[in-house]
Amino acid sequence: MSKTNGKIRIGFYICHCGTNIAGTVDVQKVVDYAATLPNVVVSKHYKYMCSDPGQEMIQKDIKEQELNRVVVAACSPFLHERTFRNATSQAGLNQFYFQMVNTREQNAWVHLDPEASTEKAMDLVRSAIKRVVFHKPLEQKTVPIKPDVLVVGGGIAGIHASLTLANAGKKVYLVERDPTIGGHMAMFDKTFPTLDCAACILTPKMSAVKNHPNITMWTYSEVESVEGYVGNFKVKVKRKPRYIIDDLCVGCLDCIEACVYKEPRFYDEFNQGLSKRKPVYMPFPQATPQLVVIDPDTCIWFKTGKCKQTCVESCERKAVDLNQQPAYKEIEVGTIIVATGFKPFDAGKVYYYGYGTYPNVYTALEVERLINASGPTSGEVIMRDGSTPKSIAIVHCVGSRDKNTNLWCSRVCCLYSLKLAHLLKEHTHADIYNFYIDIRTPGKLMDEFYTRMAEEGVKFIRGRVADIYPDTSDEEHRRLVVKAEDTLIREIIKVPVDMVVLSTGLVPRDDANDVRRLFNITCSTEGFFIERHPKLAPVNTFTDGIFLAGCCQGPKDIPDTVAQAGAAAAEALALIDLGYIELEPNTAFIVEEECSGCKSCVPLCPYSAISYNEEKRKANINEALCKGCGTCVASCPSGSIKQNLFEDEEIYSEIDGILNYEIYEEAVCC
Amino acid sequence: MLLDKLTEQTGSKQWQPKIVAFFCNWCTYTAADLAGVSRIKHAPNIRVIRVMCSGRVDPQFILDAFSKGADGVLIGGCHPGDCHYQEGNYKCLRRFQMLKRVISSLGIESERLRLEWISASEGDKVRVVVNDMVAKIKQLGPLGLPVKYKEWAKEMHVLDSEIAGKEEVYA
Repeated sequence: MSKTNGKIRIGFYICHCGTNIAGTVDVQKVVDYAATLPNVVVSKHYKYMCSDPGQEMIQKDIKEQELNRVVVAACSPFLHERTFRNATSQAGLNQFYFQMVNTREQNAWVHLDPEASTEKAMDLVRSAIKRVVFHKPLEQKTVPIKPDVLVVGGGIAGIHASLTLANAGKKVYLVERDPTIGGHMAMFDKTFPTLDCAACILTPKMSAVKNHPNITMWTYSEVESVEGYVGNFKVKVKRKPRYIIDDLCVGCLDCIEACVYKEPRFYDEFNQGLSKRKPVYMPFPQATPQLVVIDPDTCIWFKTGKCKQTCVESCERKAVDLNQQPAYKEIEVGTIIVATGFKPFDAGKVYYYGYGTYPNVYTALEVERLINASGPTSGEVIMRDGSTPKSIAIVHCVGSRDKNTNLWCSRVCCLYSLKLAHLLKEHTHADIYNFYIDIRTPGKLMDEFYTRMAEEGVKFIRGRVADIYPDTSDEEHRRLVVKAEDTLIREIIKVPVDMVVLSTGLVPRDDANDVRRLFNITCSTEGFFIERHPKLAPVNTFTDGIFLAGCCQGPKDIPDTVAQAGAAAAEALALIDLGYIELEPNTAFIVEEECSGCKSCVPLCPYSAISYNEEKRKANINEALCKGCGTCVASCPSGSIKQNLFEDEEIYSEIDGILNYEIYEEAVCC
Repeated sequence: MLLDKLTEQTGSKQWQPKIVAFFCNWCTYTAADLAGVSRIKHAPNIRVIRVMCSGRVDPQFILDAFSKGADGVLIGGCHPGDCHYQEGNYKCLRRFQMLKRVISSLGIESERLRLEWISASEGDKVRVVVNDMVAKIKQLGPLGLPVKYKEWAKEMHVLDSEIAGKEEVYA
């Protein structure tokens, strides 16, 4: 206490970050400058401040130089604010006596002129040094975490995450929009590069989900609303009426047989429309749960109100209930895993490939169904015109790596194209031509798979397909000509084929934006959800307690999806098992003596955290409800609301610092 | 003339606009970080103050920044409907629209105050907005309120003494 004597003693440190910062910002100049600023006792630079020696340096100075404030100019606070706060608190100083200056992401990395960059660094350092004077010692709030977890999406990602959590003894609510879990993986025939049968590895997991005592599986259901925050989410789930009573239906399919439509005549979603279903249907043989569903859009009873209701009569167990209403379930969970998956690119958008115009142009997912033993043709490759193809073109990058559609590489298309090439060859012995831009096969055993396919005699033509049109010389067979530039021989080539397979890319779901808003997470302009940090927090979102798994975060293959789902489950478990979460103490509070009771803040709070005490004629903020946005603080006419970490003095001093206001102040004064 | 004075005051060779920016933690600050990670170069004239929400931006902060020498003020928030705190950005928008009128009635060009919705994924938009704003403010020239205040203070002083003199005469 001898040295401080009630005085502010600031330690300032700037990080070189190797050459990331020091390559652009003149760190010596900043250090020399900071040393001249009021209250600065220590001013140093170091190669890597976040390293142990860097942190130890701060801690040593806190003790020896009796520092009571610390400012570090380094990377973004999103990256290392916590690191330095911890270092500060371990040295015995309240962690909120620390302030960070973003000198890398928002300075050295985005500016070219070292002089301007150094000047900017000096401005912001001055700003932080002024600000930190006003910092106050604060305590982090802790809130308990509810142990239950909500998993949204019943594809392989949601299935794996649910099982991992359930096996750890946690209660899981798995909500799936479709009548069955399984997602896209259930539609695939084989999986690359091992050529495992997709159903053989997925269906046991599906039934494990169904039978797990810790998993409540709600299919044909959607999340309606999410309120609250990490540890305490209140979620409302809508269970859409499937017009079948879950507990009574045993999946005997008698009702399907009894339907007044004698023949199936409606688009079968699971088979991509390659077969037909009735209004009452089972999505696919291994559907989980084994419950039929009645589609009100096609059922004649719902359309006209006139039907003999033979399905109702046929059911001995009285499981068909055409008057079923949506049911709403309210649950309280502590963490949420969003695994809402992807959508295949709409091949019709690339009109010159003729999907939807020429019957023998297929999407990859249709081919998956076509070669699947439980598919519409029982695994035989019979095209829409009834013939079997003798030559097949596989067109890569449809809706990927294309300025006209999507810029990204969908990562899986090269590999599934190779897989389909192999399977189609196996089924039809046809000649197969792969039209590719680049073959991208990273990952374990993937390139070996490519080599194997090449050795099997699948042909590869390097060139993006420009056009697909009917072969006029071959009227009868309705062959198609695939036109592309073979960029390796620099020639336009035209290959006549019987069948075209479009390897469509992976795109976000249509309602990604709604889902994002529902869960208060962020997504890129394309619509894939954004992780908190691509390397350091790849399954976290910017909203604490909400995690991502699978293709909703970006295109990826099944192994990566499962790994990510496991990671998301582990992150949720880490929170649950700790039992509580520490929150930033950036809540707002009212200085009662100054509050005039004008009530202007009360209606502004979106969380209803502000109430008005009629007796005292003062406003009151419920700290437990306050999320710390600061909107009320900015609105208070008398300045009697304060926000921890963002007090008015702190922000005004930042403004002063940035603009180096004293220079002018002196000028005006004298 | 103002330019000369400013140059004299700050000691820099060539006048460069200084823009104070208030970026919300969840969208625009993150976007600015993304611009960094993606090495998207932009003009070095902005100085970012991080706030949790654009709703925290008190109109007085903006007036304070102008009066202390900012040539421009930029507020960055989440797109409408995307606010991390549900609706803080709408509150910000209301205050912004009011402030635009206030500052133009005070003789500050309204282009000097700008509100932009920049989501966490729009790193490139940070570049576009910052570069555009810097270019526009370069055209407008320095605002230099502190220097103007000083001049006004002098004028007021002269006027004061003149009035005082006259008052003496009348007395």
